[in-house]
Amino acid sequence: MEYWQEEIETMKRSDLEKLQVERLRKTVEIAMNSPFYGKIFKEKGITPESIKSLDDLKRFPFTTKEDLRNNYPFGLASVPKEKIVRLHSSSGTTGNPTVIVHTQEDLNQWANQVARCMYMVGLRDTDVFQNTSGYGMFTGGLGFQYGAERLGAMTIPAAAGNSKRQVKFIMDFGTTVLHAIPSYATRLAEVFFEMGIDPKKDTKLTTLCIGAEPHSEEQRKRIEQLLGVKAYNCFGMSEMNGPGVAFECKEQNGLHIWEDYVIAEILDPETLEPVAEGEVGELVLTTINREAMPLFRYRTRDLTRFLPGECPCGRTHRRISRFQGRSDDMMIVKGVNIFPVQIEKILMGFKELGMNYLITIETVGNNDEMMVEVELGEVRIDDFPKLQALTKEITRQLKDEILLTPRVKLVENGTLPQSEGKAVRVKDLRKNH
Amino acid sequence: MTINQISVFLENKFGRLNEVLSFLSEAKIRVVAATVADTSDYGILRLITTDQQKAFQILKSHNVSANVNEVIAISIDSCISKFSETVELFTKAGISIEYMYCFSIDKKAILVLRTSNLDAAYDVIRKNSLNFVIESQLINL
Repeated sequence: MEYWQEEIETMKRSDLEKLQVERLRKTVEIAMNSPFYGKIFKEKGITPESIKSLDDLKRFPFTTKEDLRNNYPFGLASVPKEKIVRLHSSSGTTGNPTVIVHTQEDLNQWANQVARCMYMVGLRDTDVFQNTSGYGMFTGGLGFQYGAERLGAMTIPAAAGNSKRQVKFIMDFGTTVLHAIPSYATRLAEVFFEMGIDPKKDTKLTTLCIGAEPHSEEQRKRIEQLLGVKAYNCFGMSEMNGPGVAFECKEQNGLHIWEDYVIAEILDPETLEPVAEGEVGELVLTTINREAMPLFRYRTRDLTRFLPGECPCGRTHRRISRFQGRSDDMMIVKGVNIFPVQIEKILMGFKELGMNYLITIETVGNNDEMMVEVELGEVRIDDFPKLQALTKEITRQLKDEILLTPRVKLVENGTLPQSEGKAVRVKDLRKNH
Repeated sequence: MTINQISVFLENKFGRLNEVLSFLSEAKIRVVAATVADTSDYGILRLITTDQQKAFQILKSHNVSANVNEVIAISIDSCISKFSETVELFTKAGISIEYMYCFSIDKKAILVLRTSNLDAAYDVIRKNSLNFVIESQLINL
């Protein structure tokens, strides 16, 4: 068995917990400098010295996405601006985006975290790694880039889209490891076949990292068969740096969450008390290896569970299951996080539209498609060009807000669920749900 | 002098046109003229009936997406060149016709048209002594 950092990855649980307490203490010391946590710590009497064990975590209040928005952009920063070298921002959220800042040391640590993940699934310095993530503010681009470079692999920042070019790179540069969202991996398989290339025989691909989009075990198997690779599930979120938070090992049975980087709790989203061993609950994370912007007990809203028992791979960091949904109404479509309220906000801005709408997400071919149906309000019905222009304008504004293009359909009044009470606003018909 | 036309927004759903028309026939309202325009998602039914006010209320009571628009109806001789000559009068006056539908009765043709510039359209009709058709005439055809 080979490890990127054997000592840490296979550390005895008791030692790992000691390390967590030590790092939590250090993180409290750093975070006291942030306007947001400084105030909270004073109120709650939280000081580095008062942290004795992991039980002390219960004294911390939860941090939510709302807190990040309300303190936009730098209210949670714990270091002076001159120490900050990078800023990332989450995609597609209402109101203020959420901003995460990093020091150079944070970036070093993050690159190490991603390198550790990729080493675990077999990436070596002799490999060629191609990243089909969007670059820019989205953390899947630079996150994987720096991780793979840290590991020493030849790294191709192909970025998203242009499938024929992706295939050309894979062929010409001898790509062995690819990172893609699952739906795009299936799309690429199609493009290979359209171009008369059999990816199993004609490419050097061995490994795929797939994440950022919910997918089923069947979908993974299908991708593996189509491309002739092993596909590993990865989990990350921009609030926790980005990719690398948890990753599957070669056992393909649960994702190791790196407990020297975060303290992971799984709590009942209603009572916010720990769930019973192995039960499903909301993943709540505390960063213990970050200085520019530590987060304490951050509610990810992702539902998962700890897998019981030890992993045959020898790593002692606990495994979480494939995600089993959300404790809020966020949807993940084509790797983009979308809240229904974002769509509602746009629709309600049109006086020509009524109050009721319905979002349907379904798998068409290998792609997730979103349809937005909305009832008409006060509009001249006999004016064809106007209705068509209206559809076009709604589509344009939605695309600006949620970063993907939905199909917009105007429907008659009274045909959609009413807005009173608990209206069903989202129908997710995707196969993996 | 304009005529009230009812426009109905119809989803492309099997049986929907039939359903909407049955609301009118149940209320003993006769459809004098109708046209349906369609897209892939929806259709627009334009209607002139024997009792527009009542028809509109009936449709609204059934939650049908409908509204009333003003259109102009002109009666011309139903002969080879008259249609094109009439449209030409509007074109020469710089008036765009948004949409139009026509039907013939005996030797006459009735043109129902919608333009965004009603005043200019009246001028054309007056200057060229075209025959207006008013609502009461139309529903008695």
